[in-house]
Amino acid sequence: MVNPHQDATQEQGTSGIWALLAEIPDPEMPYISIVDLGIVREVRWQPDALNVVLTPTYSGCPARREIEQSVRDALHRNGIQTLCIETRLHPAWTTEWVTALGREKMRAAGIAPPLAVLAEWQTLTFWPSSSDAPRPQCPHCGAAQTRLQNPCSGSRCKALYHCDACRNPFEYFKSF
Amino acid sequence: MNLSASCDTSLSDYLLRLGDNALILSQQLCGWCGHAPTLEEDVALSNIALDLLGQARLWLEYAGASMVPVRDEDDLAYHRDAHQFTHVLLVEQPNGNFADTQVRQFLFDSWHCLLLTELSRSTEPRISAIAIKARKEATYHLQHSSQWIVRLGDGTERSHRYAQRALEQCVDYVGELFAMDAVDHEMVRLGIGADLAALRPQWQAYVEQVLAAGNLVYPASALSVQGGRHGQHSELLVGLLMEMQHLARSYPGAQW
Ligand SMILES: [Zn+2]
Repeated sequence: MVNPHQDATQEQGTSGIWALLAEIPDPEMPYISIVDLGIVREVRWQPDALNVVLTPTYSGCPARREIEQSVRDALHRNGIQTLCIETRLHPAWTTEWVTALGREKMRAAGIAPPLAVLAEWQTLTFWPSSSDAPRPQCPHCGAAQTRLQNPCSGSRCKALYHCDACRNPFEYFKSF
Repeated sequence: MNLSASCDTSLSDYLLRLGDNALILSQQLCGWCGHAPTLEEDVALSNIALDLLGQARLWLEYAGASMVPVRDEDDLAYHRDAHQFTHVLLVEQPNGNFADTQVRQFLFDSWHCLLLTELSRSTEPRISAIAIKARKEATYHLQHSSQWIVRLGDGTERSHRYAQRALEQCVDYVGELFAMDAVDHEMVRLGIGADLAALRPQWQAYVEQVLAAGNLVYPASALSVQGGRHGQHSELLVGLLMEMQHLARSYPGAQW
């Protein structure tokens, strides 16, 4: 129900809020923001609070509390007093939500951005080797001849690859 | 929601099982931290443990919220005794050697993926939301453990022997994964839960396909040891819980 006597200040747009949130770095990958990662799903003014909807990347993501705290801190610093942070599980986070800017920032940091999410993941398909799975391009030289070295790199969301062209190792942000 | 009291109990029992499976397996995998054969595998197993812990929290939070009186996830994880845990016996089997751990993981992951796929179609929106999320993670786990099964089975004479032996030990606990009891039937009737027995053919086909790629054989005859979901556990669980619950019980309300 719409309250006709709603305070005018609460009807202000949310673009300023989005801009503030776009400054908050992801704790594990500080070169990309939580908005770039697609974690922030919705920003909405409620009659008595600002509602921010966040979606966790992985169920056990250890950075979740830290991200929530950063959101609180940034908004409090900018005069938002009453804030409601909602965690939304559905629809589940996917790397398809990583923005074009986010992908650019990953590349610049030497991380291959996520490839498209394959439909095969939805069925119980056995892949004996990952040789025919699509491979990311090398973020250093752009070559397509790359090899998976380890499915887990420094953090849950990245894999370690080797470039056969420039012989450098690089991290790939796994599509999910 | 307009559910009867008996259904509420079935629902919280059902959620508790899902949470306990993930929690206990997560705790087991943590035992490899710092001990895996390679640094990369160490990171992989820790990440899988972390995913399972995250899933356990989601299920237990929900289970606790549907109990009377309400209990929180920490209370359920740290303040229940062995006979109150309702996970399947497979997940409490010892880590053993690396092949034992991977075989246990593979049998679980393949079942878990199928179960979560079913649950992602649950009429209960919160169950389907958690299942869809967990299913994506479980798929990665399954890919990882499947590759290890092939690698161990098709590796050296010794790795093959260890993997085959691990299979013979774990297979007695497979029957329980597909056994339907009153709680399962009630959840299926309400469109909330999964028909476990119906998952078996697809599970068997997948498992045998991977085993064949690793020159391993699914053991011919097996016992079906059950009871985990009704709180009947082995001595192994006591030690596991002692370690997992020690801090929370020794220092109630401790904060980091
Ligand atoms: Zn290169």
